[in-house]
Amino acid sequence: NEQKGQKTPATVTVRDALNQAMDEELERDERVFLLGEEVAQYDGAYKVSRGLWKKYGDKRIIDTPISEMGFAGIAVGAAMAGLRPICEFMTFNFSMQAIDQVINSAAKTCYMSAGLQAVPIVFRGPNGASAGVAAQHSQCFAAWYAHCPGLKVVSPWNSEDAKGLLKSSIRDDNPVVFLENELLYGVPFEMSEEAQSKDFTIPIGKAKVERAGSHITLVSHSRYVGHCLDAAAVLAKEGIECEVINLRTIRPMDVESIEASVMKTNHLVTVEGGWPQFGVGAEICARIMEGSAFNYLDSPVTRVTGVDIPMPYAKILEDHSLPQIKDIIFSVKKTLNV
Amino acid sequence: SSVVSQSDSCCFFSGCSRRPTSPSNTILKCDLHRLEEGPPLKAELTRDQGLQYYRTMQTVRRMELKADQLYKQKIIRGFCHLYDGQEACAAGIEASINPTDHLITAYRAHGYTYTRGVSIKEILAELTGRKGGVAKGKGGSMHMYAPHFYGGNGIVGAQVPLGAGIALACQYQGNNQLCVTLYGDGAANQGQLFESFNMAALWKLPCIFICENNKYGMGTSVERASASIDYYKRGDFIPGIRVDGMDVLCVREATKFAADHCRSGKGPIVMELQTYRYHGHSMSDPGVSYRTREEIQEVRTKSDPISMLKERMLSNNMASVEEFKEIDVDIRKQVEEAAQFATSDPEPPLEDLCNHIFYNNPPLEVRGTNPWSKLKSVS
Repeated sequence: NEQKGQKTPATVTVRDALNQAMDEELERDERVFLLGEEVAQYDGAYKVSRGLWKKYGDKRIIDTPISEMGFAGIAVGAAMAGLRPICEFMTFNFSMQAIDQVINSAAKTCYMSAGLQAVPIVFRGPNGASAGVAAQHSQCFAAWYAHCPGLKVVSPWNSEDAKGLLKSSIRDDNPVVFLENELLYGVPFEMSEEAQSKDFTIPIGKAKVERAGSHITLVSHSRYVGHCLDAAAVLAKEGIECEVINLRTIRPMDVESIEASVMKTNHLVTVEGGWPQFGVGAEICARIMEGSAFNYLDSPVTRVTGVDIPMPYAKILEDHSLPQIKDIIFSVKKTLNV
Repeated sequence: SSVVSQSDSCCFFSGCSRRPTSPSNTILKCDLHRLEEGPPLKAELTRDQGLQYYRTMQTVRRMELKADQLYKQKIIRGFCHLYDGQEACAAGIEASINPTDHLITAYRAHGYTYTRGVSIKEILAELTGRKGGVAKGKGGSMHMYAPHFYGGNGIVGAQVPLGAGIALACQYQGNNQLCVTLYGDGAANQGQLFESFNMAALWKLPCIFICENNKYGMGTSVERASASIDYYKRGDFIPGIRVDGMDVLCVREATKFAADHCRSGKGPIVMELQTYRYHGHSMSDPGVSYRTREEIQEVRTKSDPISMLKERMLSNNMASVEEFKEIDVDIRKQVEEAAQFATSDPEPPLEDLCNHIFYNNPPLEVRGTNPWSKLKSVS
């Protein structure tokens, strides 16, 4: 394989990584198809499905009318009857129209049927804040979906995450909610040779330590992993070494990785874009308290979250509605009492 | 065998005598929407077919009445929506489609669970929450499944997009199968139906949308719920047929017609089956606060689907009274045996509590009610 089709590390945007994942899975399994608004002839509202309709045609890449509840239900029905749909929500804000189909028709069915009826479906699309799109278009749905048994909830950060996790999600025989981030679509990341292979998958349910450190653990998902790494770089200059964990999967959460890190660093800060109440950070706090790592904490867990308000429009307000790098740095120092 | 022919259409439940009292083998003509022609004017009924339809309907009837009994004894709990009165719908539809076709319905599902191949035993044991139930006791009344039968769905209307999706899968796989997607007069006003109609028509999905209009959505009569009670027209651009849902032959012929329509690539079609439920909405509804006992009794005497079929066969000398009695006795015995099983089978083991969350998945740990309770889940 080293002689044949040599691959060197390449720089790939998250958008292209997602595109590659779908392309490869569409090619690999003819039961896989994509449906959603503007996914076909428009090449995707955010161009994530660019080129796919041209390559695979009307049967496999389906433009839907603006009917989230209807087409999500159609996708779930198709999954029940033997296909493997990728159902795109233009943003997850619109998934609220269809949330009954995601939860009651998809997530619960395997259990209710005692394993008779599988629902191999992926719901994907951009989640959380974008830029200047205001309150109705900026909500993070990680906590809502991760609350429900029967779903797997995945939240990639970089291109490798995006590709490997989307491939795994499509191959999974269960309903997966795949939360992308619009602001990350255009961001290029290095992808290893291995990651460029058609068989490259990342297991759902395993977190990744992006940066090793000994003084404090930062746990995050999606875009804020980048913020944590940036904060860690600044803090390193002051002699504070942060361990940064990229959750990759929200449900099932890899608590063991967090615990192992906390047992080493004795301090924990969670960072997310979503609202604080009943959120991802709140869940991490509860799980740490219930587990073996609690006795290793030298201070309570700190949550860094979005501000508990609907998202405002004006730039200065929007900037102050979400965790900034300085907020993470501040929280780390407070937690370390330095 | 006997050839039956169409009579003129007549109103339904308006006090007029719907069907000729003379034994002249007629079935009501279907009202048509956006169709030049409807189901054929003549239908054939062989003795074997007749006895089979009778047996199916009587089995469903007795099974539902047994469920009523068990519910009153508190052996069945929670929701229990009974189908007695509507048997001709399930029997007629099953008689017109193939086992390889697909069917999905809402929560009044026990009849279809049976016609789609699940045994009385497994249905009753699911209602009583035992491990021998078709869903191992995990699903209950509204969540029973079988090959090519997708339940049993508790959220009103949600099954309709699902059914359209199953039809999409049929089209995608090119297997010439179709999906029968059922809903009630109450669900007919759900927005997601119209989203489904639109996409099914746009993409010409092989989906038969069937509204079982039993005149009441829970306690609300159709006149109080719908600006238009012509449910067969509600698909607008989709052709529709209104059918006498109390006559198993009408249902069969109309569904055959609809199936041909779908399989020929013409796209979806809407059917409205005019039917009636003897029970209230569920076992917690006596069913007499929003309708009169006289109305219920009138349907029983004039339009009972099982009696009508029996009368038709008797008056055409296709079977004897004794034969029907024998069938009845046999069915009673089967239902009794099934009920015995359903009341004596053990409840599911606690070890099963967390199983089947996922399909084809490695085992995982599930949090119990407290942090020290770590439960196991396997697929």
